[in-house]
Amino acid sequence: MKYPGRMLGEVLAHLGAKPNTIKYPYEPAVVQAGLRGKIKFFAEKCIGCKICEKDCPSDAITVNKLGDKRFECIFDLDKCIYCAQCVDSCPKKALTVTNEFELAQLDRHKLRFIFHAPDAPPAPAAQPEPPAAKTA
Amino acid sequence: MALFNIIVFPGILFLVIAGLWFEFVDRRMYARMQHRQGPPWFQPLADFIKLLAKETIIPEDANRFLFTAMPVMALTATISAFFYIPLWSPRALFSFPGDAVVVMYLLTIPTLTFFLAGWYSTSLYSMIGAVRSLTQLFAYEIPLFMAVLAPAMLANTWSLAGIAAYYTAHPLMALLNVPAFCVAMVTLLGKLEKVPFDIPEAETEIVAGAFTEYSGRHLALFRLAVDIEVVVAGSLIVAMFLPFGLALPWYLGIIVYLLKITLVVALIAILRTIMARLRIEQMVNFCWKILAPVALAQLLLNLVVKGFLKP
Amino acid sequence: MSKITIPIGPQHPALKEPASFKITLNGEEIYSMDMRLGYNHRGIEKACEERSFIQGLYLIERICGICSHSHSTAYIQALEELAGLQVPKRGLYIRTLIAELERIHSHLLWLGVAAHEVGFDTLLMYTWRDRELVMDHLAEIGGNRVNYAVNTMGGVRRDLTPDEIAHILKDVDTLEERTKYYAQVATEETTLVARLSKIGYLSQTDAEFLGAVGPTARACGVDRDVRRDDPYAAYGDVQFKVCVDHHGDVYGRVLVRVGELMESYSIIRQLMKNMPDGPIAVKSPRRIAAGEVYSRYEAPRGEDCHYVKSNGTDKPERVKIRAPTLANWRAVRKMIEGNYLADAPIIIAAIDPCFSCTDRAIELVRPAGAETLTWGALRQHGIDWHRKQGLDFAELNKKLNTQLGRVK
Ligand code: SF4
Ligand code: SF4
Repeated sequence: MKYPGRMLGEVLAHLGAKPNTIKYPYEPAVVQAGLRGKIKFFAEKCIGCKICEKDCPSDAITVNKLGDKRFECIFDLDKCIYCAQCVDSCPKKALTVTNEFELAQLDRHKLRFIFHAPDAPPAPAAQPEPPAAKTA
Repeated sequence: MALFNIIVFPGILFLVIAGLWFEFVDRRMYARMQHRQGPPWFQPLADFIKLLAKETIIPEDANRFLFTAMPVMALTATISAFFYIPLWSPRALFSFPGDAVVVMYLLTIPTLTFFLAGWYSTSLYSMIGAVRSLTQLFAYEIPLFMAVLAPAMLANTWSLAGIAAYYTAHPLMALLNVPAFCVAMVTLLGKLEKVPFDIPEAETEIVAGAFTEYSGRHLALFRLAVDIEVVVAGSLIVAMFLPFGLALPWYLGIIVYLLKITLVVALIAILRTIMARLRIEQMVNFCWKILAPVALAQLLLNLVVKGFLKP
Repeated sequence: MSKITIPIGPQHPALKEPASFKITLNGEEIYSMDMRLGYNHRGIEKACEERSFIQGLYLIERICGICSHSHSTAYIQALEELAGLQVPKRGLYIRTLIAELERIHSHLLWLGVAAHEVGFDTLLMYTWRDRELVMDHLAEIGGNRVNYAVNTMGGVRRDLTPDEIAHILKDVDTLEERTKYYAQVATEETTLVARLSKIGYLSQTDAEFLGAVGPTARACGVDRDVRRDDPYAAYGDVQFKVCVDHHGDVYGRVLVRVGELMESYSIIRQLMKNMPDGPIAVKSPRRIAAGEVYSRYEAPRGEDCHYVKSNGTDKPERVKIRAPTLANWRAVRKMIEGNYLADAPIIIAAIDPCFSCTDRAIELVRPAGAETLTWGALRQHGIDWHRKQGLDFAELNKKLNTQLGRVK
């Protein structure tokens, strides 16, 4: 049957209900575990084949050889489209994907993210992950 | 004392605060009914201040005088209408026989200013919005007038204060006016240009209708005028159709009055939540084919009742 | 009343993307409409030629923000056919699942947009709220709300866990309930029905003649659906009904889309029940054998066609995309005539237009005396022309580079 105000019951029922929207950024956002966010680089696994560089659709990743078995990886977070193709392409699983997504910066230079190579002489595998640092 | 009444309470300052507050109530309820958070209480005020600080642009071809005068006109007309309406006692600030008609006409002025503002903005969207405003005015004004006429006729006076006094003396008679109350509520949506009758400012069709070219403080004044119009028109409806609790002491009376206005604002919010916008010709049809006959029937009913009561 | 022409767009609240519609009015009635598209041309086809097949996939996915999976599947199907890859069954099932989830979120989104165009924002808020359920699943399975990037050459990139399957099935039940409710609202709310019915009418003959596709065509009685007529992915294994309606107006288009939502739920249930075990992808080569393929896909908005030509290298020689919206534009012109101005936004919205997906067709108008320029000459011409207008890009570029600190 047609009548005006078909949604009356529905809207009144929600009048006192807790809103479905959240007050992000005052409340944390719900993030799926599978979300593709920032890429992480494990320098000790990398062999410098540069397949990631070749397959990246937006030239966002650069792997530089600093010395014998020492590789640093530079991400341009503003170029990256977070497709994680580099992760799929890497033959040594030196890249993984995290669900970190709050990557906006006011200063453009901070968007260039460098995973430094382990200190020379190459550290043994005991050092799980090289400290990541931002450069200005 | 009169000056204090006009400027502070229950005059201009009160109206501004109430207008902004009820805009918040409306927006918050609208949001909550849509399962959203809605704005914080100071949002209307923040919007107002922000608009005041913004650049004001007047289109080159527009009539400068009318363009700037219209928001002020709209504001003054609504505010002056307010002084004749009895709020929490059967007495209004000013009153004379026949002031009900004057209030109705004063409340028509904002719509006319929308028309003139839109027409003299010389933008296509504004002009279409202006024409729609006027078309809509012709559609809802008659049913609204008839609906307001009904309680006045029963009370046998054209003075708002007189009407209030009559219903305070005969509270049960007010129940007779329920159909007219419904008609008045629906036409009020048309007057305030709210969904389903927000045709003159239909965002997805003609941007903002008559207000398209407005910006900065002129727009702020217009929006304030619309907010105040809600309170004034709401007060009129309350005085006409819900004349209860007028004999209470003033502090209780004010609370009852505010509750009644809240009720009207809530009704408006609910009505605009659950409907889609009509087309202009559907709106005109609806007003003439449904609202006008209902209002007429109410008039007839009141005439008959009056005939019974008199002798 | 004399005729006036009112512009809707390129910037207008009713349009979510720029496009220009010049509507000539006779009073409030629409006399004729003229459209100008192309504000969103992004040169995607050309860009594909300069990227490897796998890089191009991510570009193709970004053609549309709503049916990203449609485009990427249409493209990847073409590549797989060229390379002769046999995608494992489980891969195809997951691909189909994402396709149907996408259809659900797209149709729910459309329902909300349609309601918004007629000023019924409440329905918009509710449908979009429920659409979030689907978006969350897409983010969980694919990794992103919009560009799920589930496809890869030879299959899909991510597998489903039994937990996820159970969770999806639960949410599908909720969504089915909600959709039934929205169907009731759309058919029983007087003001909504008044705004949707008898506007934007298109006859079946016109729909066929003007080449309308998708729900727009099916609402006019054209019984056409690539999923059934030319099954791809796992559509050969599932039972579903093609929703056809004979109203021919915007109301009919609502009914078709709501019907398709219900079918999508049933398809998802069948997929989940029969999901085979096994690998989700096969290994793919970098270079693809020379050849050309034309691939079809039933996107939420209608048939999406991709043409890919390979010359044996790791880059395509030519990619041509025909997004469904392009096929529907001519129908819009026909539908809109004789309606009221107030109905223009909803009639345009009724085909669920996606402007930037469409903006890649170019029409070559060759007036007398026209000459063909080489790429270099065209570039030089552009530079010279702007110089004449007083704009020197060399200078501006230098300034920009200094500002960004990029000076070598
Ligand atoms: S996530 Fe994609 S865009 Fe980002 S670096 Fe990896 S391949 Fe490149
Ligand atoms: S693909 Fe992997 S191993 Fe090769 S350079 Fe990149 S990160 Fe290193």
